[in-house]
Amino acid sequence: MLDTTPEANAISEALRTVFPRGVVEGLERLTGGASRSTWRCSVDRAPYVVQRQRGDTNERDMHVEASVLEAAAAAGVPVPRVVGCVTDADGTTSLVTRYVDGETIARRILRDDRYATARSALTRQLGEAIARVHSIDPVDVPGLEHADALGTTRDRLDELGQPHPTFELAFRWLDANRPPGSDRLAVVHGDYRLGNVIVDERGVAAVLDWELVHLGDPVEDLGWLCSPAWRFGSPLPVAGVGHRGELLDAYAAVSGVEVDPDVLLWWEVFAIVRWGVICIGQADAHRSGAARSHELAAIGRRVCETEHDLFLTLEGRW
Amino acid sequence: MSGRPHGVPTAAELVEAVREWIERDVVTGAPVSPFHARVAANVLAIVERELELGAEHDRRHGERLDQLGVADDHELAAGIRAGRFDDRIDEVRTLVRESVRDKLLVANPRYLDARAPDIGDLPR
Repeated sequence: MLDTTPEANAISEALRTVFPRGVVEGLERLTGGASRSTWRCSVDRAPYVVQRQRGDTNERDMHVEASVLEAAAAAGVPVPRVVGCVTDADGTTSLVTRYVDGETIARRILRDDRYATARSALTRQLGEAIARVHSIDPVDVPGLEHADALGTTRDRLDELGQPHPTFELAFRWLDANRPPGSDRLAVVHGDYRLGNVIVDERGVAAVLDWELVHLGDPVEDLGWLCSPAWRFGSPLPVAGVGHRGELLDAYAAVSGVEVDPDVLLWWEVFAIVRWGVICIGQADAHRSGAARSHELAAIGRRVCETEHDLFLTLEGRW
Repeated sequence: MSGRPHGVPTAAELVEAVREWIERDVVTGAPVSPFHARVAANVLAIVERELELGAEHDRRHGERLDQLGVADDHELAAGIRAGRFDDRIDEVRTLVRESVRDKLLVANPRYLDARAPDIGDLPR
């Protein structure tokens, strides 16, 4: 069925700008989030993905993300190729990329037989790909901001007005054990984990979901990748597929940077707190009426999982 | 003193959220996503456990708060940040950990068993 909503019409218009003579078929909405929607279509029988920002949000312009994707491709990171980035008269931007085939659902990647070979290669490939992301010269991607990760997360928790004694104990440890400032201010993906990576039978096919990309300490991406929330029930720490040593070796082989395991631990602890605060924020979106949903409400009761993870991780260390 | 360790959404808010979903998406007769149905069942299971365990958890939480001389978790959190408990931080950690255990007994008891610390390949 032809989608004729105003949003679909605007995307068709953007596609005409990118492909003036192209035959667009099968435009179909895949997901719709609070700040952007994602669509699929074919142009002259080749598959493409279109991401479109909502006009009324204060999100960073997607042209910045498009330039990061291009810089990442140039640095050897597997990413969907950017074919166009178009801003309408009303200021809403659509980003058009080639479609990359494969799986993003973490539980399938971690359990299905068809990904067994991929799983054996994933830890190394994830380490290599993120090392290449961190090799991008920030000068080549203007428009990225540097934020103090810990300060931003603490401010967000205060803004939500749901103080948690466990998080205060963790902040106390994070303040006291803060690693010496990294001398590298790197391009940080910001949400590097299974779910945001397309995996095929050979492993990483593309790194997706760059909307949180920013400048910061590169170890932030490694800590997030090792965080318990992204193991999906697996006992293995790196994305549910591997061990930290293999990740750090692969990272060092590409970047020449040996990450101190204590620094990785600091960022893992930070990642647990960050995920806990995100969970509080999801429940708050329901409670405030911004998005009524029992799914969001339920996430509020997952905060204690992150508190438990903090006690397990910090046991004997504080 | 009594306290409530379980935070928000409250049990009533959880039931309300499921009721709203039923009224909005289920009564229409349109196909219901199995995922959202599973989430709804999980939410009701949380409420079921809180009805069973909540009174005892509230009593225990009240004892912990009394021991620390605070009215609620808000005051405890603010006190930790302000350094008020720096001279008894081990005691605070032990008590907070007990409250986290009670929260998981309601929210997701399997999480208590299923998770090994899995920090073996990190230095201590």
